[in-house]
Amino acid sequence: MTVQAQGASGVAPGRPRLEERHLEYYGDGIPYLKETKVKGRLIVIEGPDGSGRSTQVDLITAKLESDGHAVATTGLKRSELIGSGILTAKQKLPLGQKTLTLFYAADFADRLEHHIIPSLEAGYIVLADRYIYTLMARSTVRGISRRWSHDLFGFTIKPDLIFYLDVDPNELFHRVFQKYSGLDYYEAGADMGLSDDLFDSFIIYQRKMAKEFKRMEKKYGLVPIDADRSIIEVNEDLQNRIDRYLNGKKT
Amino acid sequence: MELAMSNAQAGTDARRGISTAETRRSAAAGNPVGGRLIVVEGIDGSGKSTQLHLLDKWLRHLGLMVFSTEWNSSEVVKEITSKGKKKALLTPTTFSLLHATDFADRYERNVFPLLRAGYFVLADRYVYTAYARDTVRGCNPHWVRKIYSYAIKPDITFYFHVPVEIAVQRILTGRPKLKYYEAGMDLNLSNDEYESYRIFQGRIIDEYKGMASKEGFNVMDGTLDIEIQQKVMRRHVLGLLPLGVAAVASMELGLP
Repeated sequence: MTVQAQGASGVAPGRPRLEERHLEYYGDGIPYLKETKVKGRLIVIEGPDGSGRSTQVDLITAKLESDGHAVATTGLKRSELIGSGILTAKQKLPLGQKTLTLFYAADFADRLEHHIIPSLEAGYIVLADRYIYTLMARSTVRGISRRWSHDLFGFTIKPDLIFYLDVDPNELFHRVFQKYSGLDYYEAGADMGLSDDLFDSFIIYQRKMAKEFKRMEKKYGLVPIDADRSIIEVNEDLQNRIDRYLNGKKT
Repeated sequence: MELAMSNAQAGTDARRGISTAETRRSAAAGNPVGGRLIVVEGIDGSGKSTQLHLLDKWLRHLGLMVFSTEWNSSEVVKEITSKGKKKALLTPTTFSLLHATDFADRYERNVFPLLRAGYFVLADRYVYTAYARDTVRGCNPHWVRKIYSYAIKPDITFYFHVPVEIAVQRILTGRPKLKYYEAGMDLNLSNDEYESYRIFQGRIIDEYKGMASKEGFNVMDGTLDIEIQQKVMRRHVLGLLPLGVAAVASMELGLP
């Protein structure tokens, strides 16, 4: 979270005002937060590693701040609860898929209740570098039922905008290799026994993930963005959509 | 429920499980496991752990394959959460999810595979503990139930009912230091941890009572003598034993 203290009291004079409303959940929600009202907006950027997510989050943050919005960013694996623990677990300990999914959900809940919702209450625009969709897709391709994941994440709030940076797996492979000079074990699906050939494994895994995201477009309102294009082109596309949304809601 | 074990199995293996014939029958009844799941529920101080321990000893004595598991006891999950737990303030949702994670780890690692393999799995607290506690803490009860929807229904659930004052007295006699969440201090029931604990336990009892008939609990009077309770429990469990074992066991219990 890059929350600046001076904005925490609410909407500063001169900043575009956004309407206050109750939280809207995907499922059963969080009963003890039913009185909570938020002024901020939640915008999610989803996409695989190498799709340019964090670059876009940085560019959008800079633009929104120059427009006078207070912006908070959040990602996966950043909560204090078990953030570092999950990585350890993934590396050393053989956790089952349900266990792993629940761990990520607990970690996400911590971030949601301690960072995202308070920031929204304070009037921030929260830019989320990935959200529950990545967690659900990862679990689904590893055999967890979609219904169960959906129910599990029923405590999460619906974002105002969700973008999915769609990159062709072959293009993605090159970008990842250039950036990290290697592949991430899990992002290549190496835990799934898809192929002994790591390139094949990566392509198969990324196609499975892309298919899950495709399925989620309608159900969760994900907007696919062609991210085979240049950073600048993708950013223009995203920024236009965000600006249109925010301008439409200004009072 | 009672089918004879195959002769080969009975003859060659002193540690007896449920026969393959019975496994198939269970599967046909929508239960994909060959083993048996026995659960004890109740608030702290209800005597359930003592009773489960005695049942464990008895089943082992009868030569059956037994595995016992306790709520919130996964080493792996503990290792991962212990650092964060101290720093972070748990909300009812994160509290619930961490316990669900612990349960899932024990379920995926031990409970389910062992049930598949024909073991008697004895669980000191099961999904009902989550239903009761998380609901009292303010989570949506439907949400909690969906999270545990994959967990197999126990063959028997013993609920140990004890009036809250007796149970609390058993626990608080030594004036133990209660943990923050254990005492329900996060619920702002009282500034006094013992008073908070009493109110919290009382509410959990209400939740248990609410689900007792729907979930088919076998309600035990936890104020009776330990020996009497154990005898009642063993009689109920008789029906789950393989036929040959059940005959020996009922003779030992002094039943006709």
